[in-house]
Amino acid sequence: MNCSDITKKYYRVQKLTHIWCPGCGHGTLMNTVIRAIDKLGLNKDDVVVVSGIGCSSRAPGYMDFNTLHTTHGRALAFATGIKMANPKLHVIVIMGDGDSSAIGGNHLIHAARRNIDITTIVFNNNIYGMTGGQYSPTTPTADFATTAPFGNIDVPFDLCKLAQGAGATFVGRATAYHAPLMQKLIEKGLQNKGFSFIEGLSLCPTYYGRKNKKGNAFNMHSYFKDNCVDLKVVQKNPEKGENKILIGEFFNGPKPEYTESYQVIVDKFKELRRD
Amino acid sequence: MSNNTYKLIQGNEACVEGALAAGMRFYAGYPITPSTEIAEISAQKLPVVDGKFIQMEDEIASIAAIIGGSLAGLKSMTATSGPGFSLMQENIGYAAIAEIPCVIVNVQRGGPSTGMPTSPAQGDVMQAKWGTHGDHPAVALTPNSVQETYEYTIKAFNIAEKYRTPVILLMDETVGHMREKLQFNDSSEIEIIDRKKPTCSPEEYMAYKPDEDMIPKMASFGEGYRYHVTGLTHGEDGFPTNNNEISGKLIQRITDKIEKNIDDMSYYDEYKMEDAEIAIVAYGGVSRSAKSAVDEIRKKGIKIGLFRPITIWPFLEKQIKSVSEKVDKIYVAEMNLGQYSLEVERVACKSCTVNKINKVNGELITPQEIIDAVTGGRE
Repeated sequence: MNCSDITKKYYRVQKLTHIWCPGCGHGTLMNTVIRAIDKLGLNKDDVVVVSGIGCSSRAPGYMDFNTLHTTHGRALAFATGIKMANPKLHVIVIMGDGDSSAIGGNHLIHAARRNIDITTIVFNNNIYGMTGGQYSPTTPTADFATTAPFGNIDVPFDLCKLAQGAGATFVGRATAYHAPLMQKLIEKGLQNKGFSFIEGLSLCPTYYGRKNKKGNAFNMHSYFKDNCVDLKVVQKNPEKGENKILIGEFFNGPKPEYTESYQVIVDKFKELRRD
Repeated sequence: MSNNTYKLIQGNEACVEGALAAGMRFYAGYPITPSTEIAEISAQKLPVVDGKFIQMEDEIASIAAIIGGSLAGLKSMTATSGPGFSLMQENIGYAAIAEIPCVIVNVQRGGPSTGMPTSPAQGDVMQAKWGTHGDHPAVALTPNSVQETYEYTIKAFNIAEKYRTPVILLMDETVGHMREKLQFNDSSEIEIIDRKKPTCSPEEYMAYKPDEDMIPKMASFGEGYRYHVTGLTHGEDGFPTNNNEISGKLIQRITDKIEKNIDDMSYYDEYKMEDAEIAIVAYGGVSRSAKSAVDEIRKKGIKIGLFRPITIWPFLEKQIKSVSEKVDKIYVAEMNLGQYSLEVERVACKSCTVNKINKVNGELITPQEIIDAVTGGRE
């Protein structure tokens, strides 16, 4: 499908243009979600996209599915209720770095632990953009933010390791520059019957870039191009991974899915009623 | 012949029975005294009726999950107590502005903070109205017996569904842990209300366009009506807007749909009020003591009665005003330092005097304490 056909089919065209700043990586990442859904041929009526609060969380408003823009950090908890109530729905959650791992960190680890069939995509731009550039749990140490005027002393989360450690059964990372990989990871995440976690490194030239002298959007994309290495490459040549950002598919290990396990209990009672 | 059956059960258990009778098919909760039995019994009974139960990681997640469950088409409930009720406040506001029907049970215990987990209190009356930020509608019902817990849990679901709003069942530890006879009504005798569904085509559907009754029709996610839900102020199409006129109209409408339909949800009880010159106003567990006190005080020849609001919010202004015009004195007895009495004073102070009987030590107000307050301790 060409670009304008995809736009017409999957976007709420009347709600565009979007609110994101020039150069923001979120639009590209949103488009990888749309293209993954298109590739898998999912019925739009069966797709639910849930978000929290922040720049990334405005994405569902532009996407022509069942869309829910919730409270800050709580998208996964709302999504858990939706998936429990109707397991037939494909539930996708889009969150930001602060949304998913600061205020929403508890919901992230517990949704992962349950292995509930939700595909979680984090648009990680290393900053709180909507509120004007405060440091988040993924802002690198020593970087600057409006609330880290003398350099950030926090140690950032590796969100993929966090999700995998908590029990996610599919984990991967790509960037707004590596859009085809991002799309592929989302496709695989959607196909995984369980909790899938895909981190999409985004870029915020307006706040994070400006505060840290990272240049314009072109420079920030170039940084991803030059500094990311796929895990598969590093596995063959470990030295190629030194001081680089790892991208690619990190983990794929199916386990019993939560709503299916619950259904086993429900079905037992159904059998008893029949007997 | 009626198929009514009877059982000796606890208030918290009656709450689950009422919820199931009303059609609850999803429960998400987090353990907290003195409401935990509601989660335990829901966990036991929901899968039997093809329903779903989940224990979430905290109370914030619990209410978020039931809003999601309701949006996906299942009647949903959560139950908690003081600290958990505080955590739920933000998402109660979300349910109010996004107009998602759900029931939140708060079995009140002593507060603030961890307070007295196993002791009764009624300190969350104002929180049930003003706990979440911003102007919003509030509906809260307060049963005073096991039977009423069953019946008003059903009514809570009906109001939530009819008006597309969160409804709070404001219990207290006394009622939650009390054991009494419950008469299960024949299911054919129970009025069940379901949310209005759209019948138009998905292209024509405007998720937040109200009908004449101020309530928009609600499609479930997955039914072919792809629409947007947000906690931001939104237009009739459901999409965020900063338009001042649209925003103002939305907040006014979600408030009006409750306030202007107050007669449809005004539940209360009057006891020996016909010739009363003094009225006790009491609700929940305390109203049981108040009723005994009325009988005892009447033996002294004092004409006293009991006005018992079951609908705590919206405030029964009309009924309280009418009581105040009839009696010389009102005593508001409640297990807090004076919360409902503030509303009673606001409405009644022009017509009669309003006195307060309060207790916050974790014990139920006794009949004797009410008798002493009314008679000045003179025997």
